[in-house]
Amino acid sequence: MQTTFPRLLLTHAQERPQAVAMREKEFGIWQALTWADLAKMVENIALGLQSAGLQRGEHMVVVGANRPRLYATMLAVQSIGAVPIPLYQDAAALECIFPINNAEVRFAFVEDQEQVDKLLEIRDRCPQLTHLYFDDPRGLRKYKEAGLQSLDDLIEAGAAIAAKKPGHFAALVEQVQVNDVAAMFFTSGTTGNPKGVVHTHYSLLDRAKAGADFDKLTHAEEVLAYMPPAWIGQNIFSYAQWLICGYVVNCPESAATVTIDLKEIGPTYYFAPPRVFEGLLTSVMIRMEDAGAFKRKMFAYFMDLAKRVGPARMDGQPVSAFDNFMYQVGNWVMYGSLRNNLGMSRVRVAYTAGEAIGPDLFTFYRSIGINLKQLYGSTETAVFVCLQPDHQAKADTVGIPCAGVEIKVAENGEILVKSPGLLKEYYKNPAATAEVLTADGWYHTSDAGFIDAQGHLKIIDRVKDVGRIKGGVNDGSMFAPKYVENKLKFFPFIKEAVAYGDGREKVCVMLNIDFDAVGNWAERRNLSYAGYTDLAQKPEVYALIKECVEKVNVDLAADTLLAGSQISRFLVLHKELDADDGELTRTNKVRRGYIADKYQALVDALYGGAATQYIETLVKFEDGRTGSVSATLKLDDAKMFTPMKAAA
Amino acid sequence: MNGKKIGDVILDVKDISLSFGGVKALTNISFNVREHEVRAIIGPNGAGKSSMLNCINGVYTPQQGSISFKGQTFDHMDSHQVATMGIARTFQNLALFKGMSVIDNLMTGRNLRIKSSLLSQAFRNPFGIGGAEKEEVKHREFVEHIIDFLEIQAYRKTAVGQLPYGLQKRVDLGRALAMEPQVLLLDEPMAGMNMEEKQDMCRFVLDINDEFGTTVVLIEHDMGVVMDISDRVVVLDYGKKIGDGTPEEVRQNPEVISAYLGTSH
Repeated sequence: MQTTFPRLLLTHAQERPQAVAMREKEFGIWQALTWADLAKMVENIALGLQSAGLQRGEHMVVVGANRPRLYATMLAVQSIGAVPIPLYQDAAALECIFPINNAEVRFAFVEDQEQVDKLLEIRDRCPQLTHLYFDDPRGLRKYKEAGLQSLDDLIEAGAAIAAKKPGHFAALVEQVQVNDVAAMFFTSGTTGNPKGVVHTHYSLLDRAKAGADFDKLTHAEEVLAYMPPAWIGQNIFSYAQWLICGYVVNCPESAATVTIDLKEIGPTYYFAPPRVFEGLLTSVMIRMEDAGAFKRKMFAYFMDLAKRVGPARMDGQPVSAFDNFMYQVGNWVMYGSLRNNLGMSRVRVAYTAGEAIGPDLFTFYRSIGINLKQLYGSTETAVFVCLQPDHQAKADTVGIPCAGVEIKVAENGEILVKSPGLLKEYYKNPAATAEVLTADGWYHTSDAGFIDAQGHLKIIDRVKDVGRIKGGVNDGSMFAPKYVENKLKFFPFIKEAVAYGDGREKVCVMLNIDFDAVGNWAERRNLSYAGYTDLAQKPEVYALIKECVEKVNVDLAADTLLAGSQISRFLVLHKELDADDGELTRTNKVRRGYIADKYQALVDALYGGAATQYIETLVKFEDGRTGSVSATLKLDDAKMFTPMKAAA
Repeated sequence: MNGKKIGDVILDVKDISLSFGGVKALTNISFNVREHEVRAIIGPNGAGKSSMLNCINGVYTPQQGSISFKGQTFDHMDSHQVATMGIARTFQNLALFKGMSVIDNLMTGRNLRIKSSLLSQAFRNPFGIGGAEKEEVKHREFVEHIIDFLEIQAYRKTAVGQLPYGLQKRVDLGRALAMEPQVLLLDEPMAGMNMEEKQDMCRFVLDINDEFGTTVVLIEHDMGVVMDISDRVVVLDYGKKIGDGTPEEVRQNPEVISAYLGTSH
């Protein structure tokens, strides 16, 4: 794509000035913003920022939820050749220090009082951070800090300049080159400081185009933007592809209204990590359990039918006339309203990415007629590496390489990628860059996997995490912790799992129960509990979880490669793993090493064979205060199964 | 620290005494409230705090004393008149229509400001004359601003009875705000809430005071909350006023300390 973000904006504003670019729900009504109005707003912000001193090539952070003015600010920053860095809006103040100092950031766009407070809190440690522009003035009236200014004032200042210098903005946009840096994304990383992934206009837009072409996206799509803009998935989906296709991006009213907003908008293109799909399904299942006996029966019958017939229909395979007829009936009485309830009646293409998705979960959506597919990619590859074509979506693979991508598997099983969307570099970190981007042009994904007979890529785990069992009955067999953890997490009752086994004689796991799902399960059995810690330690809950663990073992026993990864002992943790406590990354991935250090006593007890273990843990609350949680945890054994030999 | 400007006395309570039979609920209470301030009435259980609010609000008629509001003096207040003059209140035990949605509850707060007649509201006019519909749109817009302000967008259409207690309190506050009051009387707005809900409520009270300049009179027995957000505090004990001043002054007052902590006699 020989174009830039701001040039695409001007094209839309010229060709379809009155078409809707974005909608935001405010005061109960979807307020529309046209391309022409958006371009005008971007011009004003850009000129305002330039006169405030933002230089070409300089970085500016944007912190906030998906709002038209946040995206307008990103476009404005890019229009003057500067580089926006979206930061996670739910990150703690201290986590913002590194990116701000690493990129020498002087300018920041902040959504509201919460974000302003956060940046003011760390200001003494980021002395160069001088300009803060806030979108929502609520509660900020009394703030007198130097450099704190409302975006409205900035827009006004910019408008005055625009009136005096017509054409100046267009000239600025012209100066921005295709290979200039367009944006930087800090990857959360499970170890060490985050790394700034540098992308050019070319890399981001080329990939956005490849993805759009693959699924024939047009300007008629409707999307709802509700994941953090700092996640590259959201950024590609509601920013890069938005500008490529010119479709409408809708911003929900608040995080709490997303399900309502989904139903109102009825998006046609949908992109979310598996846990969102899981949350939606859980809410349906909970409501179904509350329904009357007749409805439950009907639900069970038609879901059974859907599971049998739906995926085959989706994949374009023939089904019997009777099944086809009954599926139509099901569609009429159930699937249709279910899709509507999920806000997915109009979905043409839905993607899940970021994590592996459970086969049951994946099949559920496809079986009721939602075209859910998987894709493979990362921040470093500007998302699109592999995509599943319509009619070829499988739960355990991630699709075929899309246009422009070349893939090979290295000797150690690592997936290597060549693509126009590869990162330019890690910011100020040539050592890390050299590690992943070798001179021959291959990007080392650090994912282990292989390409199956149909040419689809299958991912097993991170290369560095794939280990070997040492000693015991399974000596020398392969251990893939994430593979095991994902299999566990596919059960609705298990929210998080951390597996250990590399260099040890057996596999042990620590689990988090899903408080909603298990809580609901407990209520149905008249099992009373005081809170998470109490519920987690109930013997009934242990029995429930043990069943799940053993099912995973049965599954693993059938896997020729990973039969030795069967779980021998497990425990349910007394607290939920939390990003605020450093146990998860901001994208909710478990930090295995950190957790092992923090819960050393528990890991020792798992391998030592103890039946119970006392533990006390410090927890951090959202407002920064700390407290402690303590409990005596039970540890339990799980039955293991003899591997089924391929020959048998 | 506080940027808002506190004005003249808007509400002046003089020598109020209230008794129920032989029980003296209030004895010779005098205090005033200035425009734009947050004024707290505190005291142990049974000190007469709610009775005081009920006198201002016109629910009770004091046997003695007078209340002046914006220069007009009354020896007793009439609830309807109080509302039209611009005093709204929330209730300790909530006063909401549990079966109605959040929006409908908030719309009841607009009742006094709806001008169109019952008849024109009952029949939708096909020609758009009469303006009942237009008026409703206007009021709904106002209510939407309150919904936005109190961050309850996700519950617009939920029946109030289905909401958790903390949110019901917020809706109750919203209903009072819908009256666009000059003075807002809050009866134990933080009672029965957890820490997080209390913090949220404090922020709403301060924001209301700050953004709309609404004068706030609140009853509370959580001392920490009161000291943090009030400009001045009245302390009642057994129906008598034992302290009046800034939170700092009240904190130093020996009588207040003994009322709260107890003394050895």
